[in-house]
Amino acid sequence: MADEVLEGIKAKFGGAIVEVFEKSPRRTYITVDPASLPEVAEYVYKDLGARFSIATGMHMVEGFEVLYHFALDNADRFLNLRVILDLDKPSVESIATRVPATEWIEREMHELLGIEFRNHPDMRHLLLDDDWPEGNYPLRRDWKDWRGGENGNEK
Amino acid sequence: MATKSKTQIIPIGPYHPLQEEPEFFKLHVEGEKVVKLEIELGYNHRGIEKLAEGLTYDQIPFLVERICGICSSSHPFASVNAMEDIADVDVPLRAKYIRTFIGELERIHSHLLWLGLAGHFLGYNTVWMWAWKQREPVLDLFELITGNRNHYAMFKPGGVRRDVADEDIPTAMRLLESLEKPVMMFTKIALQDPVLQARLKNVGVLTKEDCVELGALGPTSRASGVPWDVRHDHPYAAYGMVDWDVIVTQNGDVFDKAVVRLLETFESVKICVQCLEKLREVKDGIDAELKEIPPGEGVGHHEAPRGEVFHYARSDGTNRPIRYKVRAPSFMNVPTNHRAVVGYTVSDATITLAAIDPCYCCTERMLVVDANSGKQVMGWKDLLRLSQEKTHRLMEKYNSRMDRIWT
Repeated sequence: MADEVLEGIKAKFGGAIVEVFEKSPRRTYITVDPASLPEVAEYVYKDLGARFSIATGMHMVEGFEVLYHFALDNADRFLNLRVILDLDKPSVESIATRVPATEWIEREMHELLGIEFRNHPDMRHLLLDDDWPEGNYPLRRDWKDWRGGENGNEK
Repeated sequence: MATKSKTQIIPIGPYHPLQEEPEFFKLHVEGEKVVKLEIELGYNHRGIEKLAEGLTYDQIPFLVERICGICSSSHPFASVNAMEDIADVDVPLRAKYIRTFIGELERIHSHLLWLGLAGHFLGYNTVWMWAWKQREPVLDLFELITGNRNHYAMFKPGGVRRDVADEDIPTAMRLLESLEKPVMMFTKIALQDPVLQARLKNVGVLTKEDCVELGALGPTSRASGVPWDVRHDHPYAAYGMVDWDVIVTQNGDVFDKAVVRLLETFESVKICVQCLEKLREVKDGIDAELKEIPPGEGVGHHEAPRGEVFHYARSDGTNRPIRYKVRAPSFMNVPTNHRAVVGYTVSDATITLAAIDPCYCCTERMLVVDANSGKQVMGWKDLLRLSQEKTHRLMEKYNSRMDRIWT
């Protein structure tokens, strides 16, 4: 039962799957080639009927990671699609037009981590102020407060 | 003249006039009809995720508990679920029942709170007073079991912090039973009330498709016929071991959202009673003594009164997470307003915006900064001083009145 889902994804996007990690029957992490992310996400959302729960952006040593958490509510399972992006210029195609629920979180990851989501319909600031300086991303590991302090503290 | 737009903007916020919470809605209106809605948030962004990266796993439940004052056990619940998912440990059965009991008790108080607020938003303050009167014993019960009326601090990775004493169970049972009758009576009154019917039926309708597309959660989606409930779909704690139903209605209007919340209150009472009965026999400890979180990643969630709370933690084997993600249900529910408000009148907008039971503090602490110099205007000490001054003023006022009474 559980494997049908995985086999289906593998059969359809075999080449795009970089790694599959099954932590437990309820949690599956699939690393996907960033170029095919929109198609895989659309398949998971539309064909598998998964509910988009949220996405997590991370600044790691190997690169920027974006994890899209999809819930398969009828199978008690979480499918987490992972893309690893370039450290210097993190950029990935937006899936907001295919999975509308991702619109806000992509805006959030853009302003907090500086990940570019190409062709996103509305890339304004979500949580930060509109006059927040460009190129200043608070969730990055090397973030220095532009007001002079560190980690959000006043100098 | 011909090219001039007839659209005008009505700003609601940044401080919500009714909910005293910071959110900015721009209603674009033509006459009285809302044609477009713009939502701005971030007025209360606290950086909880960044703070969590600097805390140990034992401290995080306390931090996330403070995300929201109303559903204050929901975030710790999801948080410990995420940590236990990384470590792959199972908590003792007794701890599961206690967790479930706390989670459901919270739903009862939260739903009654919403109902009261909904009445208040409509200018119907009798509903507000009645609903909050019934909510009060629930808070007393919380105090009895956890020691606090709010911020219960019951959750810890691997179990719960406090046990439920056997001698408290009959009192808790009595309180729960005494709740059912007035809430039932109140449900009937509220749902048959012509004023509430007129104000809530067919207002702010959200279709099933909208909910699926936007990933709406909790009573917001269940009132539109989407039966998403993580307690049922992804059972955790004791939810798979007690008997209860997922409440789903079909119309998607504000009235149906109220119906879902009121009926859910009864399901919650049912779950609480079953948990208490189990607590009489199940005595296998309350702590799995989880000492270490191994490297890895974990997803945890909990169906809060407003919908699924989602936590993700990434561990590198140290005692702090390297990434901690929190997603509150309002983050998914607030965008549904784009669909639910448009097409209705301005007067319906207030209750529709409130119908998702939004919790902005979930999604985003106050910091007063001088825009020109960038300096913080009010620090911790200033706020503390202000608070002490106010207490003194009140005490003087109170004492002088007491003096008058006594002399």
